[in-house]
Amino acid sequence: MNNIIVLPLIIPIFSAVVLVFLRRFAAVQRLIAFASMLAVSIISFVLLELVRKEGILKLDFGGWKPPYGILFVADSFSVLMVLAASIVTLFCLLYAFSTIGDRHESMFFYSFVLLMVAGVNGSFLTGDIFNLFVCFEVMLMASYVLVALGGEKVQLRESLKYVLINVVASSVFLIALAYLYGTVKTLNMAHIAERVSEVGQDPILTLVSLVLLIVFSLKAGLVLFFWLPGSYVVPPAAVQALFAALLTKVGVYALIRTFTLMFPHHPETTHAILGCFAGLTIVLGCLGALSSRNVLKIAAYNIVISVGFILIGLAVRTETALAGSVFYLFHDMVAKALLFLLVGMMVYLTGEKRIDFMSGLIRNYPLFGWLYFLAMLALVGIPPLSGFVGKVLIGKGAIEAGSYVLLFLGFASSLVVLFSLLKIFLSSFFGETIITNEDKKPLPKASMASLVSLAVCIAGIGMGAEQLLAYVQDAVKTLANPSIYIDAILSDSDSEGV
Amino acid sequence: MEQLMMVLIGILVSVATYLILSRNMIRVIIGTAVLSHAVNLLIMAVGGLKKGNVPLIGHEEEPFTDALPQALILTAIVISFATTALLLVLAYRTYKTSGSDDFKELRGMPDE
Repeated sequence: MNNIIVLPLIIPIFSAVVLVFLRRFAAVQRLIAFASMLAVSIISFVLLELVRKEGILKLDFGGWKPPYGILFVADSFSVLMVLAASIVTLFCLLYAFSTIGDRHESMFFYSFVLLMVAGVNGSFLTGDIFNLFVCFEVMLMASYVLVALGGEKVQLRESLKYVLINVVASSVFLIALAYLYGTVKTLNMAHIAERVSEVGQDPILTLVSLVLLIVFSLKAGLVLFFWLPGSYVVPPAAVQALFAALLTKVGVYALIRTFTLMFPHHPETTHAILGCFAGLTIVLGCLGALSSRNVLKIAAYNIVISVGFILIGLAVRTETALAGSVFYLFHDMVAKALLFLLVGMMVYLTGEKRIDFMSGLIRNYPLFGWLYFLAMLALVGIPPLSGFVGKVLIGKGAIEAGSYVLLFLGFASSLVVLFSLLKIFLSSFFGETIITNEDKKPLPKASMASLVSLAVCIAGIGMGAEQLLAYVQDAVKTLANPSIYIDAILSDSDSEGV
Repeated sequence: MEQLMMVLIGILVSVATYLILSRNMIRVIIGTAVLSHAVNLLIMAVGGLKKGNVPLIGHEEEPFTDALPQALILTAIVISFATTALLLVLAYRTYKTSGSDDFKELRGMPDE
């Protein structure tokens, strides 16, 4: 009856397999990929409404009652993430149609994008921590190929490093899972949470949680982001935008889930470390964003800053701050995708990556220039746009908890974000144009459509914050009270004995 | 027996760490493979190496072996098999295009 939960995973996988057989028909590939992502977006929206009406939904695969089987869980937080991921993928695909090129299309580009989205959606929806590992791997495996696809020298070089770092991280993840299983003898996240709270979070479990913290930090780019600027700037723009919007955010989601549901009992250790990590990430990300003059690198360091900023909310762990984190996470997925698509379009139009070699783009492409301006305002957090509400809530939460250092770092980082993006705007969009009318490349129509749609989404999230907050509050209610989640999963299996 | 396994896992992890920290591409990849074996053994060891009956309904009276670690290891093996295969292909292509299998020479330019 809750079979709808599995559709965000099944539809992309199924379409991806079908697309493999349609290698020569680019138009059909585009149509199927776009249609399946549109379907997933609509389904996740329906699911969101359903969860708000009926509470947490779950689907036990094969009818195995928890804690024995693997299950998918849809609570407001996970479904919000699925919704954002699906919408972003939809528009990134639209962007890719006109920019990706025949070579990528005939090498199963759309299949890999869909497989990656399947892994991302699976990671958001799963209720079993080993299944989380498997979904991570599905997502990563597709992303490995997407980084390397194209086969340029720099792509291969960076992809090798990216793959190796993630393989080692996956091994560490498995080590953490092994110890976790050895200690609590279960892998169901709700069941782990219940057992951890029953026996108390002893030092071994805290250690396990810290190993998980390291693993997810690596995936999210929290402190351990050294791999991120290198590997995120080499693939084509549409892939960069997908990576920026989805991959690090899955790590952030996993961190929030782990430290609100399973290991919330020793905040003086775990959340203090998270706070330090968040602060450090913001400072290091800001240094990176300020020092670079390569548009792609600046955008990549902006991902790092926002990851740090989102995790302030988890570190101070008041309900307001968590609401801010969830809201900001949702906003950031859309806004970062837009930023990367815009930056990618700049590189496509001028053929340059350094801001010193671009000038006066706004004279040639007025709408494009103002879209960049809008994205910049949203990322900085100017009121009617989407970044504002999240920033205010995280700030309010930090004040409630008295974490003034994190508060200062968070808002100082907004200024750095503004400065780094304004640097691009002033030197690349203003000034004398360097492109003559004869050399002017036309803007691809589908790409412009996707940029405009994402900009509309950002404005929509900002204007409709009131409606979105209703879902966010529902998500936070579950995050702040793990017992709601645990009861929803385990309630009907207690009678059978565990 | 578990203690012995733990020593073995420790040795494997140190070997893997040593290999991963080297500069040669193939040694690094072999290092990741060894690391995944160590992790698989670890999952086996924490699951307990006790001998017992098959975990089937109808045999509830006797102590039975926990079957879950085996399932986890099987999944992990499949995944590490796929990643290692992909890594080898990537390493080969990188070697072909860059002409080097030394990570020190694959660092790239500071701001390209």
